[in-house]
Amino acid sequence: MLLNASGCLDALTAPEVARSLDAFVTKTITPAPREGNPPVRIAETEAGMLNSIGLANPGRERFLAEVMPELCQLGVPLWVSVGGFSAAEYAETCAALDHAESPELYAIELNLSCPNVDEAPESAAAIVAACRAATRLPLYAKLSPAAWDIAEAARAVEAAGADGLSLVNTLRGLALDERTLQPKLARGTGGYSGPALKPVALAAVYACSAAVAIPVVGMGGVATGLDALELIAAGASAVALGTILFSDPGAPERIRSELAAEAAARDLGHPLDARGAAHAFPANSVSRSDNELVKVPGNGQKLTA
Amino acid sequence: MLRREALKVVGAETVGPYTLLRTERGGLDAGRPGQFFMLEAPGRVLPRPMSVCSATHAELAFLIDPIGPGTRALCELARGDKLHVVGPLGNGFDLDVRRPLLVGGGIGVAPLPFLSAALDGPPAILGFRSDWHAEAAALVPNAEVCVEPGFVTELLPEEPHDVLACGPEPMLAALRARVPGAQLAWEAPMACGYGACYGCAVEIDGEWKRLCVEGPVLRAA
Repeated sequence: MLLNASGCLDALTAPEVARSLDAFVTKTITPAPREGNPPVRIAETEAGMLNSIGLANPGRERFLAEVMPELCQLGVPLWVSVGGFSAAEYAETCAALDHAESPELYAIELNLSCPNVDEAPESAAAIVAACRAATRLPLYAKLSPAAWDIAEAARAVEAAGADGLSLVNTLRGLALDERTLQPKLARGTGGYSGPALKPVALAAVYACSAAVAIPVVGMGGVATGLDALELIAAGASAVALGTILFSDPGAPERIRSELAAEAAARDLGHPLDARGAAHAFPANSVSRSDNELVKVPGNGQKLTA
Repeated sequence: MLRREALKVVGAETVGPYTLLRTERGGLDAGRPGQFFMLEAPGRVLPRPMSVCSATHAELAFLIDPIGPGTRALCELARGDKLHVVGPLGNGFDLDVRRPLLVGGGIGVAPLPFLSAALDGPPAILGFRSDWHAEAAALVPNAEVCVEPGFVTELLPEEPHDVLACGPEPMLAALRARVPGAQLAWEAPMACGYGACYGCAVEIDGEWKRLCVEGPVLRAA
């Protein structure tokens, strides 16, 4: 199953790209409209890109009244990404989406980790718990890979009622202009995405899928079918495309066929038959002879006595 | 409908500090003057937006200023190389004009040869940083040229014209202030060119909008 990463596609300006996905994930919606951050908002780096869009969006009321009805016409299952600055704000938007009772709306993704705005003061688990009480729709918690122990965060949001995880959001990064040595982005730092994020995403999916029972949508630096298969092998049940959509609007179709070919080349009936394959190999369990480390998937690394 | 094709490079010629990159056109529509294509920059994560400099039934040409790693990689392409191209994108110039006057500054001359051809070679005024940069003026027929410290705004004729312009921001801002209704082609950093990334936000009528969707050609109020 292929989705777009939130904020990496506008289904209304590129409906054919949205239709080539199994579900379309909206840009994050906040209660009040947001203009976003001033330009410059994007900068390319050697192995990825930075963005500091700043959750530009029309706000909850206009989204529900004007944007969502149009999105529902596309014929693509819809996931709405929800953001806010307190647990109550997240929960109010979830309640409003629940109230809309739109058959096209499949899930809510809680953006708990935008690196371009100041974080909500509450913990991810508290926000998920508040939203759980506000909606029956499936809730996917989008976590930051910057957490020291992302598996711990995964367990916490699962316990709070999340139905799935979206892993990962961008990492905070900085790029400097080579001439002025000043930040290239007007806001200074931005969210780092693209090829450099793939190993980070793989590690997060690997750790979290071992720690929780809920499904994981893997994302971060996916540019080929093999990248998608690797995230599935690490434990993902679905894969989202982000930065690659900017350079290749045909990426969903291409990656879908590459993924099928990669699976077939491994004698797998379906790409998802590779799910969790990375965990099966014992090399990652106990390697006392190598280095005094015992690695337990999902529990991070524990030093042996 | 977004079209993406791998096009073969037919040639790359030096024009002053710039490179005129010519590719096969493939099955792509050349679009309207002022529209742009996203060109894959070899070895880079993001493509680069380039307006069409000229188009024939078989070829597209893009005038590129090698100012960074992406544009340098594009300028280093050679005949036979292939690159992915998406487009045409954005809104071009409105060609329904009575007394067209083309105004260009620096690499902003890029869309003017295509525009000039579509309007049967109207008069043009072009400004450049140096005589070397001004070699690009040869691409635009019927052009009057000035070099810094002169500015194109000093060459603006007294009588009213339909101004169609592309150039650096100060030049466009000066034209916006002096020529109501002028069609101005703006520039902004862009990751996707088709409305997906929200990177190219500019303030239009008091609201932040995406230049790739609303522009890049905008009318001065």
